[in-house]
Amino acid sequence: MQPLEDLKAAIKEALPGLDFVIGWENGWNPLLATPLFMYSPEDVDKLTWGPFNVNNPATYLSGLKGKKIGVVVKGCDSRSVVQLLQEKLIRREDLTLFGMPCTGVVDATKIARKVGDLGMISGAKRTNGTLSVTTHEGSVDIPWEEAAADKCLSCQYPNAIISDHFKGDPLPPTLGRDPAAEQLAALEALAPAELFAHWKDAMDRCIRCYACRNACPMCVCRDHCIAQTRDPHWLSQDDTVKEKLMFQMIHSLHLAGRCTECGECQRACPVDIPILALRRKLNSVVKNLFDYQAGVDPSAVPPLFTFQVEEAKINERGW
Amino acid sequence: MESSMYLPEASLDAWLAELASSHELIVPRREGDAIVFGPYDPSVSPDISRDATAPPKSSVFPACEEIMRYTSVKDTDDLSKTLVHMEEVMPSGSRVVFGARPCGTRGFTVYDRVFDAPAMHDPYYVARRQSTLFVTLACSEAGSACFCHWVGSGPADASGSDVLLVPVKGGWLAEGVSDKGRELLSSPLLTPGEKYAGEAKAAKAKAMESLDSAADLKPAPEALLAVFDDMEFWNRMSAKCISCGACTYLCPTCYCFNITDENKGMEGSRLRTWDNCMSFQFTLEASGHNPRPTKAHRLKNRVGHKFSYYPGLHGGAIACCGCGRCIKSCPAGVDIRQIVLAAMDRAKASRQGNTTGEHA
Repeated sequence: MQPLEDLKAAIKEALPGLDFVIGWENGWNPLLATPLFMYSPEDVDKLTWGPFNVNNPATYLSGLKGKKIGVVVKGCDSRSVVQLLQEKLIRREDLTLFGMPCTGVVDATKIARKVGDLGMISGAKRTNGTLSVTTHEGSVDIPWEEAAADKCLSCQYPNAIISDHFKGDPLPPTLGRDPAAEQLAALEALAPAELFAHWKDAMDRCIRCYACRNACPMCVCRDHCIAQTRDPHWLSQDDTVKEKLMFQMIHSLHLAGRCTECGECQRACPVDIPILALRRKLNSVVKNLFDYQAGVDPSAVPPLFTFQVEEAKINERGW
Repeated sequence: MESSMYLPEASLDAWLAELASSHELIVPRREGDAIVFGPYDPSVSPDISRDATAPPKSSVFPACEEIMRYTSVKDTDDLSKTLVHMEEVMPSGSRVVFGARPCGTRGFTVYDRVFDAPAMHDPYYVARRQSTLFVTLACSEAGSACFCHWVGSGPADASGSDVLLVPVKGGWLAEGVSDKGRELLSSPLLTPGEKYAGEAKAAKAKAMESLDSAADLKPAPEALLAVFDDMEFWNRMSAKCISCGACTYLCPTCYCFNITDENKGMEGSRLRTWDNCMSFQFTLEASGHNPRPTKAHRLKNRVGHKFSYYPGLHGGAIACCGCGRCIKSCPAGVDIRQIVLAAMDRAKASRQGNTTGEHA
């Protein structure tokens, strides 16, 4: 793949001026690439690009202050970088961004529904509209729409929004279904009691590992999360559904108008709780109120980082 | 009582219903896209199609348990004093855990050396452990994250189990491992199993053959101590770790916990909850000092504890059952096998005056 070779050459050229460059390499499973930290040209040779580069490398950035970092980004990852820049949580001059056009990544949970145990997968290959997955029982062809992450089916940003080195021809937006919006609409249609029952059922299996939080590129409190403080004592150690859902509420509210909907929270959840819907809901509220989408314009001021004396769509004194 | 009985697949639900009539029965259940252990529901068959997402550890070591309740009352004779009434909450009842794989069950043998030992007797743990029986399902085939054979186990390891079910034609050969386990096999739903013994033996051998050759971990305890202060190594090994607790909370051998008093007005509960060494707060001291300030220090502890410090305290036993959940469920694809191998390489290379190992 020529663009990948060009990208590797660009990374090798930039590497001497950087602490390291973050990308992806093959992981323990053919379906899942894993983040790669490139320190040497030999490391760069391990770089992969394609449907298995699921992780969002922007997650690491806020924890790497003071370092000169290179990051290889998909379009969606670049939105997280942009939002972090807008919030002044990282500095543009510390970053070198590398990109290639992205045609979508897999959702391992969807694939597990088709093939069962991910540990039994020995091969995976995408050819246009099909993902072929090989297990000891043979090969299964999965239509791409049923194997891809929801966000990829209607991706508006297949190319890095900002980059220093972009290789390959930019792709047009994808005009497909938006299953996550359909799921959110279905939840919004539920009566409050049914909706609560849905979350009670889903959150019951939460193990409170906080992978959702730690995988989130916009969760920047890191070691000082309010979920684990004793003073203030917002959450107790009691593992009731109420406490677990309360954390999701805190996380979602802190992400209102900041979440770039990369889906890492839900992907990271080891027990597959469909928590992205909560972030999508808050984002739709922000979109309606402020006509704002997170992480698409480096010069925009996020709506909750400023205020207008008279907000156009908030009725403050009209009672 | 025969020590091996045949359980036809068609009788499984009936046998489970029978077990549920005399014990609290805990089974792997499909919840959304995950398989987690929970109370048996006669209307839903357990999901034993693959190893559960979470191991059965909460059956003996709950994610959260109330160990004591207390109420504060003013002393009516001297209002400057407050009296505290305390009530211990001990586990009760008996449980059967059905459908764990050998690795998940064997994890409890790691706990036993810590919580049920001459130096330390944890009454809460021991009460649950002694009243919980494990009907374990031997694996037919290994997955690519499986490495039970690296840590001295295998797909049909019965350690920690009371009954081992080995898949044979049309059902399972149920092997009684403990006396209590053999009692569970007295049900009329099970028939004598001698004629399946050969088939079960072959199934076990086939499962063992499905595993790649095992790495030799004998040098690991010493190697991990040798690289203890090598923070460049640990920074690189932990670079992609996001410092969440998925690996530890899904681990059948991780047993660290926190104890907190959760007050509600004048009353409250003392809770013991899972804690994990990947969290910044785990070693945060009251002064604000943290001896494990970075994720590199914390990942070092996780790997070191399992493959070096614990074996050093417990006769060489590795505190890992090789189930691979930490690999499969890691959001960042951290592979503990690679870290242990890289540490052994690094230690060997530094002994030879060279600082780069082939796995590093």
